[in-house]
Amino acid sequence: MMNLSGLFKATRPLLEALRDLTPIILVILFFQVFVLKQAIPNMEEMLIGMLFVLFGLALFVRGLEIGLFPMGEGMAHAFAKKGNIFWLLLFAFLLGFATTVAEPALIAVAGKAAEVAAQGGIIETTEQAMADYAFGLRMTVALSVGTAIVLGVLRILLGWPLHFCIIGGYFLVVMMTWFAPQEIIGIAYDSGGVTTSTITVPLVTALGVGLASSIRGRNPMLDGFGLIAFASLVPMIFVMLYGMLML
Amino acid sequence: MSMLDLFIDTFVSTMRDVLPITAVLVGFQLLVLRQKIANVWRVIRGFVYVLVGLAFFLMGLQEAIFPLGELMASQLTNPEFIYSELYAQGITTIQTVRWDDYLWVYAFAFSIGLATTLAEPSLIAVGMKAEQVSGGAVSALGLRLAVSLGVAIGVSIGCYRIVTGTDLWLYIIVAYIIVIAQTFRAPSMIIPLAYDSGGVTTSTVTVPLLAALGLGLAATIPGRSPLIDGFGLIAFASVFPIMSVMAYAQIVRWLEKHGK
Repeated sequence: MMNLSGLFKATRPLLEALRDLTPIILVILFFQVFVLKQAIPNMEEMLIGMLFVLFGLALFVRGLEIGLFPMGEGMAHAFAKKGNIFWLLLFAFLLGFATTVAEPALIAVAGKAAEVAAQGGIIETTEQAMADYAFGLRMTVALSVGTAIVLGVLRILLGWPLHFCIIGGYFLVVMMTWFAPQEIIGIAYDSGGVTTSTITVPLVTALGVGLASSIRGRNPMLDGFGLIAFASLVPMIFVMLYGMLML
Repeated sequence: MSMLDLFIDTFVSTMRDVLPITAVLVGFQLLVLRQKIANVWRVIRGFVYVLVGLAFFLMGLQEAIFPLGELMASQLTNPEFIYSELYAQGITTIQTVRWDDYLWVYAFAFSIGLATTLAEPSLIAVGMKAEQVSGGAVSALGLRLAVSLGVAIGVSIGCYRIVTGTDLWLYIIVAYIIVIAQTFRAPSMIIPLAYDSGGVTTSTVTVPLLAALGLGLAATIPGRSPLIDGFGLIAFASVFPIMSVMAYAQIVRWLEKHGK
Protein backbone atom coordinates (compact mmCIF):
# COMPACT_ATOMS: atom_id res chain seq x y z
CA MET A 1 0.00 0.00 0.00
CA MET A 2 1.48 3.32 -1.08
CA ASN A 3 0.36 5.54 1.74
CA LEU A 4 0.64 9.29 2.04
CA SER A 5 3.74 9.39 4.19
CA GLY A 6 5.52 7.13 1.70
CA LEU A 7 4.59 9.49 -1.08
CA PHE A 8 5.77 12.42 0.99
CA LYS A 9 9.08 10.68 1.63
CA ALA A 10 9.59 10.09 -2.07
CA THR A 11 8.86 13.66 -3.08
CA ARG A 12 10.71 15.33 -0.22
CA PRO A 13 14.11 15.42 -2.00
CA LEU A 14 12.40 16.90 -5.05
CA LEU A 15 10.70 19.58 -2.97
CA GLU A 16 13.98 20.42 -1.26
CA ALA A 17 15.75 20.62 -4.60
CA LEU A 18 13.01 22.95 -5.81
CA ARG A 19 13.52 25.12 -2.73
CA ASP A 20 17.29 25.21 -3.38
CA LEU A 21 16.91 26.20 -7.01
CA THR A 22 14.14 28.78 -6.74
CA PRO A 23 16.53 31.63 -5.81
CA ILE A 24 18.54 31.17 -9.02
CA ILE A 25 15.40 31.25 -11.13
CA LEU A 26 14.14 34.37 -9.34
CA VAL A 27 17.46 36.20 -9.67
CA ILE A 28 17.74 35.44 -13.37
CA LEU A 29 14.12 36.39 -14.04
CA PHE A 30 14.39 39.62 -12.09
CA PHE A 31 17.55 40.86 -13.78
CA GLN A 32 16.48 39.73 -17.22
CA VAL A 33 13.00 41.25 -17.11
CA PHE A 34 13.33 44.29 -14.85
CA VAL A 35 16.94 45.38 -15.20
CA LEU A 36 18.02 44.37 -18.69
CA LYS A 37 14.37 44.58 -19.87
CA GLN A 38 14.61 41.61 -22.19
CA ALA A 39 12.55 38.50 -22.78
CA ILE A 40 13.84 35.07 -21.71
CA PRO A 41 15.32 33.44 -24.82
CA ASN A 42 14.47 29.77 -25.50
CA MET A 43 11.93 29.47 -22.72
CA GLU A 44 11.30 25.82 -23.59
CA GLU A 45 14.95 24.72 -23.37
CA MET A 46 15.33 26.61 -20.14
CA LEU A 47 12.34 24.87 -18.56
CA ILE A 48 13.57 21.43 -19.62
CA GLY A 49 17.04 22.26 -18.35
CA MET A 50 15.65 23.35 -14.99
CA LEU A 51 13.73 20.08 -14.69
CA PHE A 52 17.00 18.19 -15.29
CA VAL A 53 18.78 20.25 -12.64
CA LEU A 54 15.95 19.62 -10.19
CA PHE A 55 15.79 15.89 -10.77
CA GLY A 56 19.59 15.57 -10.81
CA LEU A 57 20.02 17.41 -7.50
CA ALA A 58 17.33 15.32 -5.78
CA LEU A 59 18.90 12.09 -7.02
CA PHE A 60 22.39 13.24 -5.99
CA VAL A 61 21.27 14.03 -2.43
CA ARG A 62 19.52 10.66 -2.10
CA GLY A 63 22.67 8.94 -3.39
CA LEU A 64 24.74 10.76 -0.76
CA GLU A 65 22.48 9.51 2.00
CA ILE A 66 22.45 5.87 0.99
CA GLY A 67 25.80 5.53 -0.85
CA LEU A 68 28.68 7.95 -0.41
CA PHE A 69 28.20 8.82 3.26
CA PRO A 70 27.73 5.26 4.60
CA MET A 71 30.61 4.02 2.44
CA GLY A 72 33.01 6.77 3.56
CA GLU A 73 32.14 6.39 7.20
CA GLY A 74 32.07 2.59 7.06
CA MET A 75 35.59 2.53 5.66
CA ALA A 76 36.79 5.06 8.23
CA HIS A 77 35.45 2.84 11.04
CA ALA A 78 37.03 -0.24 9.46
CA PHE A 79 40.41 1.50 9.24
CA ALA A 80 40.17 2.66 12.84
CA LYS A 81 39.35 -0.88 13.97
CA LYS A 82 42.18 -2.37 11.93
CA GLY A 83 44.56 0.11 13.53
CA ASN A 84 47.14 0.02 10.75
CA ILE A 85 48.28 3.58 10.18
CA PHE A 86 50.24 2.80 7.02
CA TRP A 87 47.20 1.53 5.13
CA LEU A 88 45.07 4.39 6.39
CA LEU A 89 47.56 7.01 5.23
CA LEU A 90 48.03 5.27 1.88
CA PHE A 91 44.26 5.23 1.47
CA ALA A 92 44.05 8.93 2.37
CA PHE A 93 46.76 9.76 -0.15
CA LEU A 94 45.22 7.75 -2.97
CA LEU A 95 41.77 9.15 -2.26
CA GLY A 96 43.08 12.70 -2.62
CA PHE A 97 45.23 11.85 -5.63
CA ALA A 98 42.56 9.87 -7.47
CA THR A 99 39.77 12.39 -6.99
CA THR A 100 41.96 15.16 -8.36
CA VAL A 101 43.97 13.69 -11.19
CA ALA A 102 40.98 13.21 -13.51
CA GLU A 103 39.12 16.35 -12.44
CA PRO A 104 37.95 18.13 -15.64
CA ALA A 105 38.30 21.60 -14.09
CA LEU A 106 41.94 20.88 -13.24
CA ILE A 107 42.71 19.60 -16.75
CA ALA A 108 41.26 22.84 -18.15
CA VAL A 109 43.22 25.05 -15.74
CA ALA A 110 46.49 23.20 -16.40
CA GLY A 111 46.06 23.61 -20.16
CA LYS A 112 45.42 27.32 -19.76
CA ALA A 113 48.42 27.65 -17.47
CA ALA A 114 50.68 26.04 -20.09
CA GLU A 115 49.47 28.57 -22.68
CA VAL A 116 50.19 31.45 -20.32
CA ALA A 117 53.63 30.06 -19.54
CA ALA A 118 54.43 29.64 -23.24
CA GLN A 119 53.32 33.19 -24.04
CA GLY A 120 55.37 34.49 -21.14
CA GLY A 121 58.47 32.77 -22.55
CA ILE A 122 58.90 30.54 -19.53
CA ILE A 123 58.71 27.38 -21.60
CA GLU A 124 59.10 26.80 -25.34
CA THR A 125 56.04 27.33 -27.48
CA THR A 126 56.04 23.78 -28.83
CA GLU A 127 53.12 21.41 -28.35
CA GLN A 128 55.39 19.01 -26.52
CA ALA A 129 56.71 21.55 -24.04
CA MET A 130 53.23 22.81 -23.28
CA ALA A 131 51.82 19.31 -22.84
CA ASP A 132 54.70 18.44 -20.50
CA TYR A 133 54.17 21.58 -18.46
CA ALA A 134 50.42 20.98 -18.19
CA PHE A 135 50.98 17.35 -17.21
CA GLY A 136 53.57 18.33 -14.60
CA LEU A 137 51.20 20.87 -13.14
CA ARG A 138 48.33 18.38 -13.01
CA MET A 139 50.50 15.82 -11.25
CA THR A 140 51.72 18.49 -8.83
CA VAL A 141 48.16 19.41 -7.88
CA ALA A 142 47.07 15.76 -7.58
CA LEU A 143 50.11 14.99 -5.39
CA SER A 144 49.38 18.04 -3.29
CA VAL A 145 45.78 17.00 -2.64
CA GLY A 146 46.95 13.51 -1.72
CA THR A 147 49.47 15.05 0.68
CA ALA A 148 46.78 17.38 2.04
CA ILE A 149 44.45 14.53 2.94
CA VAL A 150 47.35 12.65 4.55
CA LEU A 151 48.22 15.72 6.64
CA GLY A 152 44.56 16.21 7.53
CA VAL A 153 44.19 12.58 8.62
CA LEU A 154 47.42 12.81 10.66
CA ARG A 155 45.98 15.90 12.33
CA ILE A 156 42.86 13.93 13.30
CA LEU A 157 44.96 11.04 14.64
CA LEU A 158 47.30 13.27 16.63
CA GLY A 159 44.69 15.83 17.67
CA TRP A 160 46.52 18.96 16.48
CA PRO A 161 44.35 22.08 16.63
CA LEU A 162 43.23 22.89 13.10
CA HIS A 163 43.57 26.65 13.23
CA PHE A 164 47.33 26.52 13.89
CA CYS A 165 47.81 24.34 10.80
CA ILE A 166 45.66 26.47 8.54
CA ILE A 167 46.80 29.89 9.74
CA GLY A 168 50.41 28.70 9.54
CA GLY A 169 49.73 27.44 6.03
CA TYR A 170 48.31 30.76 4.92
CA PHE A 171 51.35 32.56 6.31
CA LEU A 172 53.45 30.29 4.15
CA VAL A 173 51.26 31.08 1.12
CA VAL A 174 51.60 34.83 1.68
CA MET A 175 55.39 34.52 2.11
CA MET A 176 55.76 32.38 -0.99
CA THR A 177 53.73 34.88 -3.01
CA TRP A 178 56.70 37.25 -2.71
CA PHE A 179 59.13 34.74 -4.17
CA ALA A 180 57.09 32.82 -6.70
CA PRO A 181 57.12 33.95 -10.35
CA GLN A 182 54.25 36.32 -11.18
CA GLU A 183 52.76 34.04 -13.82
CA ILE A 184 52.14 31.13 -11.49
CA ILE A 185 50.43 33.02 -8.66
CA GLY A 186 47.02 33.30 -10.31
CA ILE A 187 47.10 29.64 -11.24
CA ALA A 188 48.19 28.70 -7.73
CA TYR A 189 45.32 30.55 -6.10
CA ASP A 190 42.90 29.04 -8.60
CA SER A 191 44.14 25.51 -7.98
CA GLY A 192 43.01 25.70 -4.38
CA GLY A 193 39.45 26.04 -5.60
CA VAL A 194 39.33 23.49 -8.40
CA THR A 195 40.47 20.55 -6.31
CA THR A 196 37.38 20.24 -4.18
CA SER A 197 34.93 18.55 -6.53
CA THR A 198 31.39 17.50 -5.86
CA ILE A 199 32.28 13.87 -5.22
CA THR A 200 35.46 14.52 -3.24
CA VAL A 201 33.76 16.74 -0.67
CA PRO A 202 31.16 14.25 0.63
CA LEU A 203 33.62 11.33 0.63
CA VAL A 204 36.38 13.22 2.38
CA THR A 205 33.96 14.74 4.89
CA ALA A 206 32.53 11.30 5.68
CA LEU A 207 36.08 9.94 6.10
CA GLY A 208 37.04 12.72 8.53
CA VAL A 209 33.87 12.50 10.58
CA GLY A 210 34.00 8.70 10.58
CA LEU A 211 37.62 8.68 11.82
CA ALA A 212 37.04 11.31 14.47
CA SER A 213 34.00 9.50 15.83
CA SER A 214 35.73 6.12 16.04
CA ILE A 215 38.93 7.29 17.72
CA ARG A 216 38.74 7.71 21.45
CA GLY A 217 39.21 11.27 22.65
CA ARG A 218 38.38 12.88 19.31
CA ASN A 219 35.33 15.02 18.78
CA PRO A 220 33.69 14.63 15.36
CA MET A 221 32.73 18.30 15.27
CA LEU A 222 36.18 19.61 16.31
CA ASP A 223 38.34 16.99 14.61
CA GLY A 224 36.17 15.52 11.88
CA PHE A 225 35.91 18.62 9.72
CA GLY A 226 38.92 20.39 8.28
CA LEU A 227 40.08 17.97 5.57
CA ILE A 228 38.61 20.21 2.85
CA ALA A 229 40.46 23.18 4.33
CA PHE A 230 43.73 21.27 3.92
CA ALA A 231 42.77 20.24 0.39
CA SER A 232 42.28 23.85 -0.64
CA LEU A 233 45.41 25.15 1.09
CA VAL A 234 48.20 22.67 0.24
CA PRO A 235 47.77 22.86 -3.58
CA MET A 236 48.55 26.61 -3.48
CA ILE A 237 51.86 25.89 -1.76
CA PHE A 238 52.76 23.03 -4.10
CA VAL A 239 51.90 24.93 -7.28
CA MET A 240 53.96 27.95 -6.26
CA LEU A 241 56.82 25.58 -5.45
CA TYR A 242 56.38 24.01 -8.88
CA GLY A 243 56.56 27.46 -10.45
CA MET A 244 59.74 28.30 -8.51
CA LEU A 245 61.46 25.02 -9.40
CA MET A 246 60.51 25.12 -13.07
CA LEU A 247 62.27 28.43 -13.63
CA MET B 1 18.62 13.51 -30.37
CA SER B 2 21.12 16.19 -29.43
CA MET B 3 19.72 16.12 -25.88
CA LEU B 4 20.60 12.43 -25.63
CA ASP B 5 24.08 13.07 -27.03
CA LEU B 6 24.63 15.80 -24.50
CA PHE B 7 23.50 13.52 -21.68
CA ILE B 8 25.79 10.70 -22.80
CA ASP B 9 28.65 13.18 -23.11
CA THR B 10 28.12 14.56 -19.61
CA PHE B 11 27.59 11.08 -18.20
CA VAL B 12 30.83 9.77 -19.73
CA SER B 13 32.87 12.68 -18.41
CA THR B 14 31.32 12.25 -14.95
CA MET B 15 32.17 8.54 -15.13
CA ARG B 16 35.76 9.31 -16.07
CA ASP B 17 35.96 11.64 -13.11
CA VAL B 18 34.58 9.03 -10.73
CA LEU B 19 36.36 5.93 -12.01
CA PRO B 20 39.71 6.46 -10.21
CA ILE B 21 37.93 7.07 -6.90
CA THR B 22 35.82 3.95 -7.32
CA ALA B 23 38.96 1.96 -8.06
CA VAL B 24 40.59 3.19 -4.84
CA LEU B 25 37.48 2.50 -2.75
CA VAL B 26 36.86 -0.97 -4.17
CA GLY B 27 40.56 -1.87 -4.13
CA PHE B 28 40.96 -1.07 -0.45
CA GLN B 29 37.68 -2.67 0.43
CA LEU B 30 38.60 -5.96 -1.25
CA LEU B 31 42.35 -6.14 -0.68
CA VAL B 32 43.04 -4.33 2.59
CA LEU B 33 39.94 -4.11 4.74
CA ARG B 34 38.42 -7.38 3.49
CA GLN B 35 35.22 -6.62 5.28
CA LYS B 36 31.66 -7.01 4.21
CA ILE B 37 29.91 -3.73 3.54
CA ALA B 38 26.55 -3.42 5.24
CA ASN B 39 23.73 -3.10 2.69
CA VAL B 40 26.12 -3.41 -0.22
CA TRP B 41 23.42 -3.16 -2.87
CA ARG B 42 21.96 -0.10 -1.27
CA VAL B 43 25.39 1.56 -1.31
CA ILE B 44 25.91 0.63 -4.96
CA ARG B 45 22.48 2.04 -5.76
CA GLY B 46 23.55 5.21 -3.96
CA PHE B 47 26.66 5.52 -6.12
CA VAL B 48 24.56 5.08 -9.26
CA TYR B 49 22.18 7.78 -8.00
CA VAL B 50 25.09 10.14 -7.41
CA LEU B 51 26.49 9.51 -10.88
CA VAL B 52 23.22 9.83 -12.78
CA GLY B 53 22.09 12.72 -10.59
CA LEU B 54 25.29 14.68 -11.18
CA ALA B 55 25.12 14.07 -14.92
CA PHE B 56 21.54 15.37 -15.06
CA PHE B 57 22.43 18.28 -12.82
CA LEU B 58 25.43 19.37 -14.90
CA MET B 59 23.60 18.89 -18.16
CA GLY B 60 20.63 20.95 -16.97
CA LEU B 61 22.99 23.71 -15.82
CA GLN B 62 24.63 23.80 -19.24
CA GLU B 63 21.23 23.89 -20.93
CA ALA B 64 19.37 26.33 -18.75
CA ILE B 65 21.49 28.41 -16.43
CA PHE B 66 25.01 28.92 -17.71
CA PRO B 67 24.28 30.35 -21.19
CA LEU B 68 21.75 32.88 -19.89
CA GLY B 69 23.71 33.70 -16.75
CA GLU B 70 26.90 34.30 -18.70
CA LEU B 71 25.04 36.38 -21.28
CA MET B 72 23.52 38.47 -18.50
CA ALA B 73 26.90 38.94 -16.84
CA SER B 74 28.38 40.26 -20.07
CA GLN B 75 25.36 42.50 -20.75
CA LEU B 76 25.34 43.96 -17.25
CA THR B 77 29.03 44.83 -17.44
CA ASN B 78 28.78 46.24 -20.96
CA PRO B 79 29.41 50.02 -21.04
CA GLU B 80 26.40 50.36 -23.34
CA PHE B 81 24.21 49.25 -20.42
CA ILE B 82 26.13 50.98 -17.63
CA TYR B 83 26.27 54.31 -19.42
CA SER B 84 23.03 53.95 -21.37
CA GLU B 85 22.03 57.53 -20.54
CA LEU B 86 25.29 58.96 -21.83
CA TYR B 87 25.11 56.72 -24.89
CA ALA B 88 21.60 58.02 -25.53
CA GLN B 89 23.05 61.55 -25.62
CA GLY B 90 25.64 60.39 -28.11
CA ILE B 91 28.58 60.39 -25.70
CA THR B 92 30.47 57.15 -26.18
CA THR B 93 33.85 57.86 -24.63
CA ILE B 94 33.79 57.46 -20.89
CA GLN B 95 36.35 59.64 -19.16
CA THR B 96 36.39 58.37 -15.62
CA VAL B 97 34.96 55.19 -14.20
CA ARG B 98 33.14 55.88 -10.96
CA TRP B 99 32.47 53.04 -8.56
CA ASP B 100 28.77 53.89 -8.23
CA ASP B 101 28.20 53.58 -11.98
CA TYR B 102 28.18 49.84 -11.39
CA LEU B 103 25.50 49.47 -8.73
CA TRP B 104 23.52 46.93 -10.77
CA VAL B 105 26.66 44.85 -11.17
CA TYR B 106 27.16 44.68 -7.40
CA ALA B 107 23.49 43.81 -6.94
CA PHE B 108 23.76 41.05 -9.53
CA ALA B 109 27.00 39.74 -8.00
CA PHE B 110 25.38 39.67 -4.57
CA SER B 111 22.20 37.90 -5.63
CA ILE B 112 23.77 35.43 -8.05
CA GLY B 113 26.47 34.60 -5.47
CA LEU B 114 23.78 33.97 -2.85
CA ALA B 115 21.53 31.95 -5.16
CA THR B 116 24.17 29.72 -6.77
CA THR B 117 25.85 28.90 -3.46
CA LEU B 118 22.51 27.77 -2.03
CA ALA B 119 22.27 25.23 -4.86
CA GLU B 120 25.89 24.03 -4.58
CA PRO B 121 25.76 20.21 -4.16
CA SER B 122 28.98 19.89 -2.15
CA LEU B 123 27.74 22.50 0.31
CA ILE B 124 24.47 20.57 0.66
CA ALA B 125 26.57 17.51 1.53
CA VAL B 126 28.62 19.35 4.17
CA GLY B 127 25.46 20.89 5.61
CA MET B 128 23.81 17.48 5.97
CA LYS B 129 26.87 16.10 7.79
CA ALA B 130 27.24 19.15 10.02
CA GLU B 131 23.62 18.97 11.16
CA GLN B 132 23.94 15.26 11.87
CA VAL B 133 27.28 15.47 13.70
CA SER B 134 26.33 18.49 15.80
CA GLY B 135 23.08 16.80 16.81
CA GLY B 136 21.11 19.64 15.25
CA ALA B 137 23.00 22.46 16.99
CA VAL B 138 24.15 23.59 13.55
CA SER B 139 21.22 23.50 11.17
CA ALA B 140 21.98 22.49 7.59
CA LEU B 141 19.98 25.35 6.15
CA GLY B 142 21.41 27.88 8.62
CA LEU B 143 24.96 26.90 7.69
CA ARG B 144 24.19 27.06 3.99
CA LEU B 145 22.56 30.48 4.35
CA ALA B 146 25.59 31.74 6.27
CA VAL B 147 27.98 30.46 3.60
CA SER B 148 25.84 31.88 0.79
CA LEU B 149 25.69 35.27 2.47
CA GLY B 150 29.47 35.19 2.82
CA VAL B 151 29.91 34.44 -0.88
CA ALA B 152 27.39 37.15 -1.79
CA ILE B 153 29.16 39.82 0.28
CA GLY B 154 32.58 38.61 -0.87
CA VAL B 155 31.87 38.74 -4.60
CA SER B 156 30.15 42.15 -4.34
CA ILE B 157 33.27 43.52 -2.67
CA GLY B 158 35.32 41.68 -5.29
CA CYS B 159 33.42 43.47 -8.06
CA TYR B 160 33.93 46.79 -6.30
CA ARG B 161 37.65 46.02 -6.23
CA ILE B 162 37.77 45.32 -9.96
CA VAL B 163 35.86 48.53 -10.72
CA THR B 164 38.07 50.69 -8.52
CA GLY B 165 41.24 48.81 -9.42
CA THR B 166 42.53 48.57 -5.85
CA ASP B 167 45.09 45.94 -4.93
CA LEU B 168 43.85 42.37 -4.43
CA TRP B 169 46.46 41.69 -1.75
CA LEU B 170 45.16 44.45 0.46
CA TYR B 171 41.71 42.91 0.61
CA ILE B 172 42.90 39.35 1.04
CA ILE B 173 45.35 40.22 3.81
CA VAL B 174 42.76 42.29 5.69
CA ALA B 175 40.29 39.43 5.26
CA TYR B 176 42.79 36.96 6.72
CA ILE B 177 43.49 39.22 9.67
CA ILE B 178 39.75 39.32 10.40
CA VAL B 179 39.59 35.52 10.02
CA ILE B 180 42.45 35.08 12.51
CA ALA B 181 40.87 37.49 14.99
CA GLN B 182 37.54 35.71 14.72
CA THR B 183 39.22 32.31 15.12
CA PHE B 184 40.25 33.24 18.63
CA ARG B 185 36.83 34.55 19.62
CA ALA B 186 34.29 32.32 17.87
CA PRO B 187 32.96 29.11 19.50
CA SER B 188 35.68 26.52 18.87
CA MET B 189 33.19 23.94 17.58
CA ILE B 190 32.46 26.00 14.50
CA ILE B 191 36.04 26.69 13.40
CA PRO B 192 36.81 23.52 11.41
CA LEU B 193 33.44 23.79 9.71
CA ALA B 194 34.06 27.45 8.88
CA TYR B 195 37.47 26.67 7.35
CA ASP B 196 35.93 23.90 5.28
CA SER B 197 33.22 26.24 3.99
CA GLY B 198 35.83 28.26 2.15
CA GLY B 199 36.68 25.26 0.00
CA VAL B 200 33.24 23.95 -0.80
CA THR B 201 31.80 27.14 -2.24
CA THR B 202 34.03 27.30 -5.27
CA SER B 203 32.51 24.38 -7.05
CA THR B 204 30.20 23.40 -9.89
CA VAL B 205 27.51 26.08 -9.96
CA THR B 206 29.20 29.18 -8.62
CA VAL B 207 32.54 29.29 -10.42
CA PRO B 208 31.40 29.48 -14.08
CA LEU B 209 29.01 32.36 -13.41
CA LEU B 210 31.44 34.28 -11.22
CA ALA B 211 34.21 33.77 -13.76
CA ALA B 212 31.94 35.20 -16.47
CA LEU B 213 31.14 38.21 -14.30
CA GLY B 214 34.77 38.84 -13.37
CA LEU B 215 35.93 38.45 -16.97
CA GLY B 216 33.16 40.73 -18.24
CA LEU B 217 34.11 43.44 -15.76
CA ALA B 218 37.84 43.10 -16.29
CA ALA B 219 37.49 43.15 -20.07
CA THR B 220 35.30 46.27 -20.28
CA ILE B 221 36.97 48.54 -17.72
CA PRO B 222 40.11 50.19 -19.07
CA GLY B 223 43.30 49.19 -17.31
CA ARG B 224 42.06 45.87 -15.90
CA SER B 225 43.54 42.56 -16.98
CA PRO B 226 41.10 39.68 -17.42
CA LEU B 227 43.82 37.23 -16.45
CA ILE B 228 44.46 38.77 -13.04
CA ASP B 229 41.06 40.17 -12.15
CA GLY B 230 39.01 37.21 -13.34
CA PHE B 231 40.46 34.87 -10.73
CA GLY B 232 40.38 37.43 -7.96
CA LEU B 233 36.64 37.01 -7.60
CA ILE B 234 37.02 33.32 -6.75
CA ALA B 235 39.49 34.21 -4.01
CA PHE B 236 36.86 36.50 -2.45
CA ALA B 237 34.27 33.74 -2.69
CA SER B 238 36.51 31.43 -0.67
CA VAL B 239 37.57 33.78 2.14
CA PHE B 240 34.35 35.54 3.03
CA PRO B 241 32.33 32.39 3.88
CA ILE B 242 34.91 31.58 6.57
CA MET B 243 34.07 34.90 8.22
CA SER B 244 30.32 34.61 7.77
CA VAL B 245 30.14 31.08 9.20
CA MET B 246 32.10 32.14 12.29
CA ALA B 247 29.93 35.24 12.56
CA TYR B 248 26.83 33.04 12.34
CA ALA B 249 28.04 30.99 15.31
CA GLN B 250 28.97 34.13 17.22
CA ILE B 251 25.53 35.63 16.63
CA VAL B 252 23.78 32.41 17.67
CA ARG B 253 25.82 32.32 20.88
CA TRP B 254 25.15 35.99 21.58
CA LEU B 255 21.41 35.47 21.08
CA GLU B 256 21.45 32.52 23.44
CA LYS B 257 23.18 34.60 26.11
CA HIS B 258 21.08 37.71 25.77
CA GLY B 259 17.85 36.19 24.52
CA LYS B 260 16.31 35.57 27.89
